[in-house]
Amino acid sequence: MTEPLIAVQHLGISFPNHPVFKDLNFDIQRGDFLTVIGENGVGKTTLIRALLGLVKPTTGQIKYYPSRKATKIGYVPQFRNLDQEYPLTIEDFVGLNVRGWLPWLSKAEHQQVNTALSVTNVKKIKQRPLGMASGGEKQRAYLAQAIVEAPQLLILDESTASLDNEMKYELLDLVQNLNQTSGITVLFITHDLPLAQKYAKHYLALRPGQQQFGAMAGMSIEQLKEASDV
Amino acid sequence: MFSLAFMRHAYLAGTFIAIICGTIGVFVIARNLSFLTHTLSEIGFAGAAFGIFMGWTALSGMLIFTVISSVIVGQMSVKQSRREASISAISALFIGLGILFLSLSNQTSSYATSILFGSVIGIAQADVIRVAVLSGIVLLVMLALYRPLKFDSFDAIGARVSGLWTTAISVVFLVLVAMSVSVAAQIVGSLLIFILLTLPAAAARYFVHTVSKMIGLSILFALLGVWVGLYLSYATNLPVSFFIASIECLFYFAALGYQRLRVGS
Repeated sequence: MTEPLIAVQHLGISFPNHPVFKDLNFDIQRGDFLTVIGENGVGKTTLIRALLGLVKPTTGQIKYYPSRKATKIGYVPQFRNLDQEYPLTIEDFVGLNVRGWLPWLSKAEHQQVNTALSVTNVKKIKQRPLGMASGGEKQRAYLAQAIVEAPQLLILDESTASLDNEMKYELLDLVQNLNQTSGITVLFITHDLPLAQKYAKHYLALRPGQQQFGAMAGMSIEQLKEASDV
Repeated sequence: MFSLAFMRHAYLAGTFIAIICGTIGVFVIARNLSFLTHTLSEIGFAGAAFGIFMGWTALSGMLIFTVISSVIVGQMSVKQSRREASISAISALFIGLGILFLSLSNQTSSYATSILFGSVIGIAQADVIRVAVLSGIVLLVMLALYRPLKFDSFDAIGARVSGLWTTAISVVFLVLVAMSVSVAAQIVGSLLIFILLTLPAAAARYFVHTVSKMIGLSILFALLGVWVGLYLSYATNLPVSFFIASIECLFYFAALGYQRLRVGS
């Protein structure tokens, strides 16, 4: 077996008086499309925060290959409170995530932003203030920002929850395309079992006190429901 | 008008102040810190009183008070929901101290009003140099931190998950705001500082939509306010703060009107 991108070993996280989960074990393979399903409060977002290094594991460990530093992670969060008056253009918003110390973006960095805008299909509207974009356009802009630094791992945290059906599939088509063409590893957290079943290669179903990890192929929605208690 | 030394000083200092307020203001608005800016200006008044009481310059007292209190506020109000209350508490404490030091220092009330409302006549060459040096420091730090500060200010959630040291950025930024407040108080007075720190930037965001353009336009609005305000004050012998406040409000209302025409809300 090849080396995974991330190996989660005996991971347990608890907050004072509140164990979230314990003894969690799974690998994220390079190029995988892994969906994490489970009820609210089962610790999906906590798991993500642990992967991002924002929460320290109480027990066990998360191993990154070759190292955490070398593993770039792009993240599309569940909530972003950008209102209608949010002033930045989509292009400027995407450019926020370009790392560096120069106050302005270099030519190569502009190219980086442009590539992210094209693959997420927002290039035509890049001059539009993000506050005035539709829900689907906003999610695509968030996706563009998350991938602008060409991360190895892309995490989508319930990113489709606020979208209508058609836009959900549009967004996931884009993500699938990225997964297949540029080999980016995807971790997709969702409640939406049909969506998970259509796009994911593996699943991790979380229930209080237990977990189930496996290949998506051959799983029916009923079986997923059984496993995740959603 | 420019044959008078104090007017030349006022224009020079005013230009520096407009440039840093216009720049910092864009981030103040993006980070929803208008209220803190307002409070810092009151704290600045207290600091000035303290400076006078200690026999230092008003600017040194203001710098000490605003920097310390903004760091305290920054530590206390990491949670958004607690921010307003903790700012109120800190400002109450510092305003109380300001009144205490003012009464202890036996200065006449006219000195207090010049701190509060600003005074053109009071600006000496040494003040201009101090303002220039402080402005230079603020601008250099901003330039060095530009990208992370921009990310954290315009997309706090994205910045945090991308591993930026957001707490450190917050604290450094608050210190920059505190320094700008102390600098700007020399001209517009501590009560009206928040005008230059908030209104030009708040107006600019309706007209242009990238951070660099917002900074440019915000500086322009601040400069126009200060330059025209100083001239009108010179011509009419009325307080400069009044003119600057009116001009900046005009820009802001025009921006709201423009936004209404454009999107209907």
